[in-house]
Amino acid sequence: MTYIAAFPALADPMRQRIFERLRHGPCAVGELAKGLPVSRPAVSQHLKVLKEAGLVDDTADGTRRIYHIDPKGLASLRRWLDQFWNEALEAFRAETEKHD
Amino acid sequence: MSQRITPAPVRKSVRVQVSQSRAFEVFTARFGAWWPKSHHIAAAEMKDAIIEPRKDGRWYEKGVDGSECVWGQVLVWEPPARIVLSWRLNSKFQLDDEMESEVEVRFIPDDDGTTRVELEHRITAVDAEAIVAQVSAPGGWGSLLELYVTLTETA
Repeated sequence: MTYIAAFPALADPMRQRIFERLRHGPCAVGELAKGLPVSRPAVSQHLKVLKEAGLVDDTADGTRRIYHIDPKGLASLRRWLDQFWNEALEAFRAETEKHD
Repeated sequence: MSQRITPAPVRKSVRVQVSQSRAFEVFTARFGAWWPKSHHIAAAEMKDAIIEPRKDGRWYEKGVDGSECVWGQVLVWEPPARIVLSWRLNSKFQLDDEMESEVEVRFIPDDDGTTRVELEHRITAVDAEAIVAQVSAPGGWGSLLELYVTLTETA
């Protein structure tokens, strides 16, 4: 298995460049676009693909989105667990109130 | 050498109207009764889920077809105050050897007879080299190891 086979989203050379740039540190869309020969909307589109592949994630900074590397989908896992434990602990609490 | 990427832990707490020992007992001995059955890992529908009541015990699910699927190990067993479980869980709710996570649950008794249950789920992706080792890097895609080495600084 090649790296690209593992991460098909990186088959695109421009996405490789964006990913390479993000490995040096978190970056906003505008800043990313400045260093690349493509438009800002094109960069946004590439970031969307990388995000869907679980390779990057973003956080809000005012009106800007800051992108950072997330190769194992940790951010989405964390978001999911945050919801999941609310549900599970509520079920646990309900169980403690049953009398048997 | 393995690289680790560690986001902030997930922290939750809930107050239950029972004693510390009862809260611990319900959490562990009656685990299968309250764990959401929608959240099974094995292919088969979940029939029961079990935490073995000892250090190095397993926690696992039993499927309706009789199969067993081990989620991880009991790392700490300190009734009625604390339990820590390991869980190799990934973002697709599958077991994954490149992931490590620990669920720590503390049972803190209050003067009024209730118990505060605090849960901390720490997740870590480990051993990026395992990914790198699978790579037969095509030209121009060298320095993958370097790429992952920097992840700990950027993630």
